[in-house]
Amino acid sequence: MKNTIKQVFHSGKFLFGFIIFMLILLTVIIYPIFVTADPLAMLGQGNFFKPGTYASIEESALSKSYTLQIPKEFSKLEAVLDIETRAEIQQFLINQAGVAESEIDVTDAEGLVSLWKANYDQNTKYAGLTTAKRKALKRLDNEITAAMKDSGVIIAEKDEEGNLKQSKVIKDTDYVNIKDVTTKTFVLGTDNFGRDVLTELVAATKSSLKIGLLAGLIATAIGLLLGLLAGYMGGLADNIIIFITNLFTVIPSFVILILISYSVGDSARGIAMVGIIIGITSWPWTTRSVRSQVISLRNRDHVNLSKLSGHSMFRIIFTDILPYIASYVVMAMILQISSGILAEAQLSMIGLGPATTKTATLGLMMQWAMQYSAHLNGSWWAYFPVVILIALISFSLNLMNTGLDQVFNPQLRD
Amino acid sequence: MATNQNQSPKQNSTEPKPCLSGRGLTKVFGVGKVQTVAVDHVDFDFNEGEIISIVGESGSGKTTLSKMLLGLISTTEGTIEYQGKPRDISTNAKKKEYWKNIQPIFQDPFSSYNIFYKIDAVLDDCLNMRGFKNLPEEQKIQMKTEACSFVNLKYAELTNKYPFELSGGQMQRLMIARIFLLKPKILMADEPTSMIDACSRATILDMLLKLRDEINMTIIFITHDIGLAYYISDKVYIMEHGKFVESGSAEDVIINPQADYTKRLISDVPKIYEKWDLDTVAN
Repeated sequence: MKNTIKQVFHSGKFLFGFIIFMLILLTVIIYPIFVTADPLAMLGQGNFFKPGTYASIEESALSKSYTLQIPKEFSKLEAVLDIETRAEIQQFLINQAGVAESEIDVTDAEGLVSLWKANYDQNTKYAGLTTAKRKALKRLDNEITAAMKDSGVIIAEKDEEGNLKQSKVIKDTDYVNIKDVTTKTFVLGTDNFGRDVLTELVAATKSSLKIGLLAGLIATAIGLLLGLLAGYMGGLADNIIIFITNLFTVIPSFVILILISYSVGDSARGIAMVGIIIGITSWPWTTRSVRSQVISLRNRDHVNLSKLSGHSMFRIIFTDILPYIASYVVMAMILQISSGILAEAQLSMIGLGPATTKTATLGLMMQWAMQYSAHLNGSWWAYFPVVILIALISFSLNLMNTGLDQVFNPQLRD
Repeated sequence: MATNQNQSPKQNSTEPKPCLSGRGLTKVFGVGKVQTVAVDHVDFDFNEGEIISIVGESGSGKTTLSKMLLGLISTTEGTIEYQGKPRDISTNAKKKEYWKNIQPIFQDPFSSYNIFYKIDAVLDDCLNMRGFKNLPEEQKIQMKTEACSFVNLKYAELTNKYPFELSGGQMQRLMIARIFLLKPKILMADEPTSMIDACSRATILDMLLKLRDEINMTIIFITHDIGLAYYISDKVYIMEHGKFVESGSAEDVIINPQADYTKRLISDVPKIYEKWDLDTVAN
C-alpha cells in the first residue's frame, strides 16, 4: 500500500495533475478566508466593467492635490477622439469639405484635428447634412476646442441663488495620492450584474467541485454496486442489470439529464439536486466496465478457494473482488467527477443548471456571460477565466487518471 | 520411483467403498450452434482412500470435470453421488457442508491466494470452517504451527507475510498445510505440480502421499503427465475429448495400454538419454 502510494507520486503525470488540482482546491479554500465579501454582491451599477483598479472621482477631485511634472499617457484629445468620432470627422472632411481621402490619416489625432480646424466652421451651413447631424458636429467642435485647452477641469458649485460658482480648478499637472482616495480593484473586472468576477469565480469553482464530487460519488456507487452484482452473480441477475444498463447507454444520457432537470422544476434545482441528477444519469459505463472486470476475476482460483472456504457472496465480493478492482474504481471515479463538472456546465449553458441566486457555478457564470452577450461586446473577462478553469480542472483530473493508469497497468508505462 | 509403492494398505484388506461416483456426467458450454461439450457422459467410481489420476491433454475436460465435482459449476446432465447418496448442494448451507469434505489444490499457486491478505488469514479460514473459531488463541497457533511444520514451513516466519513474498513451492506447500488443517475426505489436486520446478515437485508429491496416509483421504489427481500418474496413483482414468477412453489400475493401464490415445500419451513421455524424434512426437 505504502509502496503503491510512493509509486503513484513518482508518476510525473499524476504529480502534475495533482499539483494543479491542489492549487485550485487550496485557492477555493483559502481565498474566502481573506475575502469575506458576498461573492454575489452587486458592486457595479452596470454591465461588464473592465479589469482594473477603480478610484473614487469625487474623492480624487476633493482630496489634496500634488503638482507633478511627468509625461502623461492620458491625452484629452485621444479621449475625445474615439474610433466612431474619427470616422465621423473623416466622412465630413471627404463629403462636405472636399479633402482627398489620401490626405486623411485617422490614426494621427493631431493631424486629424488640424485638418478639422482648417475646414470646419461653426457658422457655415453645410449641405447634405440633417439638422441633428449639424448640431452633433457643432458639439464635437466644442469638445475638440475644450480638449485642446490647457486650463484643466473647473469644478463649480451652486450658490444660494442657484448660480454656478467656481470652487476649484484641476490642472493637468494635478495628482492625488492613491492612498488618499477610496479604490476598489477588480482583478477580473465585473460581470453583467456588476459582481466581482474573481470572487464569484472562486465561489463558483467550489460549487462546481461539489456538484462534480457528488455526481461522481453517486455514479460510482451505483455503477460499482450494479457492476459487482451483475458480474459476480451472472445468470438472470446479470441479464436484468445489463438490460437496464444498456437501456441507459442507448438513450443519450444528456437527453435524460435535460428531461429530469426540466421535470424537477426550477424551485427544486439546487446544487445538490443537480449533482444527484448528473450522478443518476452517468453510472452506466461504470457498471459495464466494473462488470467486465468482475467477470474476469470471479473464476480466479483465489475466489474459488474463498467460496470453498465457505465464505458468503458479500464477503467474497468485498474481500476477494473489490480490492482487486479498487484502483480501477478510483480511476473511474476521478473521470466521473470530471465529467460531472462538465455536465453541470453544459446543463447550465442551456439554462437547466442550478436555479439559484445564492451561489454561482462555473456553468451559470458561462450562461450569464452568454445571455448578456459578453462574447459579442468583447468582455472576455466574464467568460474566458471560467473556460480556462473548467479546462484546468478537467485536465488535472484526467492527468491524474492517466498517471494512476500507468502505475496500475505497468504495460502502459513508457 | 516407478514402482507401485503407494498402495494403501486398507485397500487390500476390505472391499473398496465408493466415495465419489458419477453417472452420465455431462457439461456443455454455450448454446445453439456454438456448443462445446467439455465433459461427455462419463461414469466413474472413485473409492475411498485411493489415489485416482485423471490424465489427458489440455482441453480434454479434466478441469471442467474437477470443477463439477467440487460443485463450483453446475452439471448439464447426469448425477454425482457422494458416499453412495446423490450429492445435494442446492442451498448455501448444504454447499458449505459438502465443501467440508472436498477441497482443492489448484494448478497456479500464485493465483490461489488473495494478495491483499496475510497468510494467516488463509489458515484462520480453515480453522473457522472446522468450527474452531472460538478456540483459545494459543491452541489455534499450535494447530497452525503443526500444519506448517507438516509441510516443512515455519509458522513463526510466515505469520506476518503476504502470499507474494513466498516462492511458488512454498505457496503450494502452504496449500497442502491448508488441506492438513481442513482434513477433507476428498482432495481434488488439479495439476498441483505443473507450475513448480522439478525439485519442489517431488517434495510436494511426497507430502500429498504422506497426507493421504495420515488422514486416509481420497486424492483425485489431475495431470497431463502420465509418468507422474503412474508414479503416484492406484487408479488411472485416461480422458480424451470429454470421455474416459480407458481406466483401470495404474499398472494395467500403463504397462498394457489398450486405447491408441493412451499409447500415444505414453510414447510422448520424454526419456533422458534418448534423442527426441520430433516428427513422431508431433504426429
